[in-house]
Amino acid sequence: MASVTPLHRAPPPEPPALHVRAMDNLAFIRDTMEAAGSFTAVSGWGMVAVGIIATIAAVIAFAQHSAVGSLYVWVAAAVLAPCVMLWAIVRKARRAHVPLLAGPGRKFILSFSPPMLVGALLTIVLYRAGVVDAIPGMWLLLYGTGVVTGGAFSVRVVPVMGICFMLAGVIALFTPSSWNDMIMAAAFGGLHIAFGIPIARRHGG
Amino acid sequence: MAKHGTARDDRRPSVGNLRTLRGKSEADSPASARAESLDRLIHERLRLGIVSALAVNDSLSFSDLKKLMKTTDGNLSVHARKLEEAEYITCTKSFAGRMPKTEYKLTAAGRRALERYLDHMEALIRATRER
Repeated sequence: MASVTPLHRAPPPEPPALHVRAMDNLAFIRDTMEAAGSFTAVSGWGMVAVGIIATIAAVIAFAQHSAVGSLYVWVAAAVLAPCVMLWAIVRKARRAHVPLLAGPGRKFILSFSPPMLVGALLTIVLYRAGVVDAIPGMWLLLYGTGVVTGGAFSVRVVPVMGICFMLAGVIALFTPSSWNDMIMAAAFGGLHIAFGIPIARRHGG
Repeated sequence: MAKHGTARDDRRPSVGNLRTLRGKSEADSPASARAESLDRLIHERLRLGIVSALAVNDSLSFSDLKKLMKTTDGNLSVHARKLEEAEYITCTKSFAGRMPKTEYKLTAAGRRALERYLDHMEALIRATRER
């Protein structure tokens, strides 16, 4: 049976009001900037600088005669490196005219910080327990975890780098402790430089 | 992100010509008067997206923009060319090994245009609230 078409069709919907469209446009601009901001959240050159610091730390750590001496060198590097990285991220955000704590930058910091805090606490616990040899592996695992979770809001290369750090952590935990400085140098030095250069070149510094 | 239209979207009613669609009372309002002076070039969604993305980056490659805007090669290049012709963005073509690489950058004129556009949008919202 043929369908019946009513004579009086429903009136066409009202076009959206000007202010509604304006708010929609502003939301679109904000969303686009936040999505595009993922390209700027991590500083590639900052990573290269951290890699150089780690390489220098590795050379000094090699010269130490005890695991504790080596640990102090790495702790000093772990204090200096985040300061350099933060400076590089702030500089990059300013150059791109994007607020540091907006969108992906904020998400990265919120995701990256918890594993770092856990790492700092576990360092104290393991040091007191005298399990110093396990500290480098734990650092690499937790740093990698932070980079993977924080990098989920960034370009794909960042979480890939995090996975590499986690693998380095696993290797450090299951190999002789005499290899620790070498693995730390390869990971904190080599991986930061190897991943930092392409990020800097492709994603604006 | 919303799906973007093609280059033909320019023919759709924009905020500017909503004046004719929405009747005289609203058309004569200050909000509507402000809408008249909108920069049509960046009012189109994809072009607005390109300019907004470049505003928070030193430069972006064609493939970065394509991924970000979730659009096709043809659509992106048409809209990018329009922005380039207006000198809102610059385009640099080079080779990375054997692969051609196209990089876009926002010009000072493009940044000013985006700032003007943002001012317009805020003014539209303010004017509607004051009514």
